[in-house]
Amino acid sequence: MSVDLKTVKRVAHLARIAVSEDDAHRMTGELNAILGFVEQLNEVDVSGVEPMTSVTPMEMKKRVDAVTDGNKAADIVANAPATDENFFLVPKVVE
Amino acid sequence: MTDLTHLTIAEAREKLRGKEITATELTDAYVKAIDQANATFNAYVATTPDKAREMAKASDERLAKGEGGALEGIPLGIKDLFATEGVHTQACSHVLDGFEPRYESTVTANLWADGAVMLGKLNMDEFAMGSSNETSYYGPVINPWRRSRTETVVMPTTHQGDGGFVAAGGTRTARTYDNMQLVPGGSSGGSAAAVSAFLCAGATATDTGGSIRQPAAFTGTVGIKPTYGRVSRWGTVAFASSLDQAGPIARDVRDAAILLKSMASVDAKDTTSVDLPVPDYEAAIGKSVKGMKIGIPKEYRVDGMPEDIEALWQKGIAWLKDAGAEIVDISLPHTKYALPAYYIVAPAEASSNLARYDGVRYGLRVPGKDIIEMYENTRAAGFGREVKRRIMIGTYVLSAGYYDAYYLQAQKVRTLIKRDFELAFAAGVDVILTPATPSAAFGVADEDMAADPVKMYLNDIFTVTVNMAGLPGIAVPAGLDGHGLPLGLQLIGRPFDEETLFQAAHVIEQAAGRFQPEKWW
Repeated sequence: MSVDLKTVKRVAHLARIAVSEDDAHRMTGELNAILGFVEQLNEVDVSGVEPMTSVTPMEMKKRVDAVTDGNKAADIVANAPATDENFFLVPKVVE
Repeated sequence: MTDLTHLTIAEAREKLRGKEITATELTDAYVKAIDQANATFNAYVATTPDKAREMAKASDERLAKGEGGALEGIPLGIKDLFATEGVHTQACSHVLDGFEPRYESTVTANLWADGAVMLGKLNMDEFAMGSSNETSYYGPVINPWRRSRTETVVMPTTHQGDGGFVAAGGTRTARTYDNMQLVPGGSSGGSAAAVSAFLCAGATATDTGGSIRQPAAFTGTVGIKPTYGRVSRWGTVAFASSLDQAGPIARDVRDAAILLKSMASVDAKDTTSVDLPVPDYEAAIGKSVKGMKIGIPKEYRVDGMPEDIEALWQKGIAWLKDAGAEIVDISLPHTKYALPAYYIVAPAEASSNLARYDGVRYGLRVPGKDIIEMYENTRAAGFGREVKRRIMIGTYVLSAGYYDAYYLQAQKVRTLIKRDFELAFAAGVDVILTPATPSAAFGVADEDMAADPVKMYLNDIFTVTVNMAGLPGIAVPAGLDGHGLPLGLQLIGRPFDEETLFQAAHVIEQAAGRFQPEKWW
């Protein structure tokens, strides 16, 4: 399978990365080189093989159902580009 | 007086405990070395000399009272991927511009609890995506090793009385160095270069497809990627969560064992951290490998592999055999599919993990006419080319209609890769010996690799299988190539059997000797 320019632009939008026309052209070539490389996986007979879900056979640990952390709003917003009284500020999303 | 920066961790530990040196002296020696050499190597992206001196002073107080921890007073470099409270943590990306976390990663917290001293944050490929440290926002790291040529000069013979003719000086080798800058490998290139150039006693690193073992091999250092689940991932910037594991890069096998003991832990904050006590890895060093079964996988003999590497592999086999190990040929038939499967699984996980960098909660924000455009502009300006490439691949293979063909197929192949190893271990193999990399260190801005991303990816061909199967792997320097550059061998072990890796790696180290670059900086 290979991607065309239109698909690259669509994927860039899905990934929320702005791309120029030049970027999209270059990426089309690069992505096709990688997709060409991974194509060999189709040779492998995987009938009856389960997809891997966990590399170590283990049951996922569950945390105790208790409040163990919190009261650190100031720490959480400390690195944000724009804040107001412990809220993250973003451009208006609702008209 | 010997240069304090040339002491191994084990040697420094001895001298600190014996009060021959102080942690402050040791730290000052490293701070001075970094000041003098970092501009040459670009290994550190942030240094913390004041913090280091403060930590060293506290170590000296504890040492004076005989209360020193396992790493008391040992100065370390920390890969920029680990969250360090109040200190530069950007995964060497522009998108995390100015980020200084309000918390400490489990790995670094463990190191500080054992008394280690932080020298600063080390350069790396952006978000650990790369094999040459050239994708860093902070520019490439330079390998302390340089290519050289040796010329054998035969000394003139002289007449020595009745004894007849003898060679006066025999032969002499003259070494001439090439000025071409070489990469230290990646993604933990800053870690490997700093350890090799004596700019820290040891370093933390991470490995998703070979990012500890490949740079260790390129710099003549020892690097171990532990079993998935052995070291907590909490507070480590995520790349591909099912593959990422942290481990140390060190000057020798013993130092790697000492560091891993401190880095590893059982951590409730990481649900994939395994509930197994951390063994005393250092105790495994020096144990005989007599009767140990070493598997040699035929699939690791690839087309175009330099003869030097094949020869080194044969040497490794001979050393282990001489030490009493039994050598058996094995087959890991799905080896060639590990790298293509990795380039689906790792970008897929990365595209999801890196979705969080959107200009809202931390780091860079580039405005736009609405929130979507702000996300798009921020990510376009914040991520470098390789990171964008991988996010795009990941987004594509997970998008509607392609999930089964790519992601599901890759995860099935991953099951088969793991099964290959399980069958070998079930047949009695204790450890598998392979080359660490298909070449020695290459030049900065290599044109072939820049033109074709897949060429760069092939660097991880021998290491990536280990991540796909979640196994432990260690790279140990084993010799020099024809240009005088270090080459490494890799040992792969059973899950959670890092001790056997240290044991066998030490045998190789004893036979091969240790490798240090000749100082030119």
